Amino acid sequence: MTTNETENSTYECEETLESSPDSFYLLKLYVLGTTPNSQHAIKNIKNICEEYLQGRYTLEVIDLYQQPQLAQGEQIIAIPTLIRKLPLPLRRILGDLSNAERVLVGLDIQRIK
Amino acid sequence: MNENTTDNTSTSVNHKLRTQLPKSLTGIQGLDEITDGGLPTGRPTLLCGGAGCGKTLLAMEFLVRGATQFNEPGVFMAFEETPNDLIKNVASLGFDLVDLIDRKKLVLDFVYIERSEIEEAGEYNLDGLFIRLAFAIDSIGAKRVVLDTIESLFTALPNPLVLRAELRRLFRWLKDKDVTAIITGERGDETLTRQGLEEYVSDCVIILDHRVTAQDSTRRLRIVKYRGSMHGTNEYPFLIDENGLSILPITSLGLQHSVSYERISTGIPRLDTMLDNQGFFRGSTILIYGTAGTGKTSFASQIAEAACRRGERVLYFSFEESPAQMIRNMSSIGIDLQWCVESKLLKFHANRPTFSGLETHLATMHREINTFKPQIVIADPLSSLHIEGKSAEVKAVLMRLVDFLKTNQITGVFTSLAVASAELPELFNAHDVTSLIDTCLIVRSVESGGERNRVLSILKSRGMAHSNQIREFILTGHGIELCDVYGGSEGVLTGSARMAQEAKKVAVALLHRQETEYKQRELENKHSILAAKIATLEAEFAVQKVEDEKIIAQEIRQVQQLEEDRLQMEAAREADAAKVNGLI
Repeated sequence: MTTNETENSTYECEETLESSPDSFYLLKLYVLGTTPNSQHAIKNIKNICEEYLQGRYTLEVIDLYQQPQLAQGEQIIAIPTLIRKLPLPLRRILGDLSNAERVLVGLDIQRIK
Repeated sequence: MNENTTDNTSTSVNHKLRTQLPKSLTGIQGLDEITDGGLPTGRPTLLCGGAGCGKTLLAMEFLVRGATQFNEPGVFMAFEETPNDLIKNVASLGFDLVDLIDRKKLVLDFVYIERSEIEEAGEYNLDGLFIRLAFAIDSIGAKRVVLDTIESLFTALPNPLVLRAELRRLFRWLKDKDVTAIITGERGDETLTRQGLEEYVSDCVIILDHRVTAQDSTRRLRIVKYRGSMHGTNEYPFLIDENGLSILPITSLGLQHSVSYERISTGIPRLDTMLDNQGFFRGSTILIYGTAGTGKTSFASQIAEAACRRGERVLYFSFEESPAQMIRNMSSIGIDLQWCVESKLLKFHANRPTFSGLETHLATMHREINTFKPQIVIADPLSSLHIEGKSAEVKAVLMRLVDFLKTNQITGVFTSLAVASAELPELFNAHDVTSLIDTCLIVRSVESGGERNRVLSILKSRGMAHSNQIREFILTGHGIELCDVYGGSEGVLTGSARMAQEAKKVAVALLHRQETEYKQRELENKHSILAAKIATLEAEFAVQKVEDEKIIAQEIRQVQQLEEDRLQMEAAREADAAKVNGLI
């Protein structure tokens, strides 16, 4: 269930970002098995990353069903939880990430229309 | 993970079907008594109360006792304190959490959520929390769980609706897990908890309270509800000290205690005499009541020393004097408390009354009595517990103390300071505790003849014929002594008046003796005079007798002489000699 997607390509989307255009994003998504919320979250974050962070993000999906011991260390209480490890400061986004606006705000990615 | 559910009815039906509710002993002193066997096994219990009332400590003790005494490992999920803080905080109660964690008897999980880090984007639930809890429970096979304080999630998570639904699910989940849980909650303004957790956790609800009245704080515990079980309904004071919590089910006592016919000496022989020649009853309560400086503490100490000399154990609660000061002061009147303390028969427990609230004092006394197991308990003075406007409470506390002592057949000796007043009955209105007391001694100082002297009387002594006399007593170098009684026109004579009276009595006695001796001598004189007179008369009589005999003899001689003369004359005349011969 763990998915690592690392792509290092030159950034081409500087017009989409205003601030910290070269920031590298390290994201971790904590989900629980195949629950609907978790499935939605995985799909949604992948879309958002591909759309706004192409080539400069790492997304790690962790299934707590298989690795329950990780929940304590990461202070996970809600499922799904997306943690932005980088850039600092640490941010947490709860939910199935269906509200892309709020995900972008939470990740501090600003979209230019 | 199951879906959110709000159905609670099936479990309620189950409760009704069960006749004997299984319970888990908490191991906390007193709590198991008032809950009639502990908390409901496999169900969550809500523990609510304001800040600083001991929720966390009670919950932690529940886990620690479970792990150490009942072999039931526990999980402590903290939402407010970090594990390090918790470990340090409860170390003061003698709980070694690190050791328990190492031995896999305890898991501490600190749930920390920083509100500013959090953004919500879509639907979520608290499965993360469930996962953590399940993992912790399974890792050590926990039977007990504490969630402290889960309500803080409400400030951490933006969506209370989700939270409510999830909490409801959590409590059901805990039941399914068959763990005995304590969920703590801050007390709300009008509800038991701020977020109305009592709606979800309804099997057993316990409220802790920390009230301050007249600057004294007292912790209290009350079981609001306990579904399917009997329980004490009162507010019970509890203590937190180096041994953890102790809760006192002291108001649940009836008046069923057995009584002793054994008598114990007061240590003052003449006072024993006043008390039906034998002293107090064992297990009775004695109040020594009097104004300042009348020797209440001295009486109490004398009783204590006498008990120690008999080999009994005495627990002395001193609210005014330190043990060292007591020992020094009492040695000045020949009461050797030092020896009593050294022989471990006397134990002092000295605390200022303002040290804690009444209930706490009572709880402390309760605990000390339970550990020291004395035959005599002395509280000196009770009146210092009496703070303005609390006389009803003092009485209630005393009643519970008296009940507790009587149940254990412990003799209770209390002193109480009377408000200085000339009228005795008024004194008693102030405290009105005498109805709880079996034997009441009044010590007073009497002012007369420019002196202040101490007198003692027995107001009452249940179950024995006691002296009605007011007795003066003095504090001598060898303890308290009751003086002889001299009644005067103004009652009992005291001090120099008594001594004067004593002197007068001696003088009168002397005079009387002298008079008697004088009379005796006078009589003796009379006797000897009479005897002398008798002797004189006898002598006179003897003389008279001799003289009389002499006269008689002379008379006889004269008659004979006359006869002889006539005969001679006849012979001389030679006439009628025969006649003469015949006559002779």
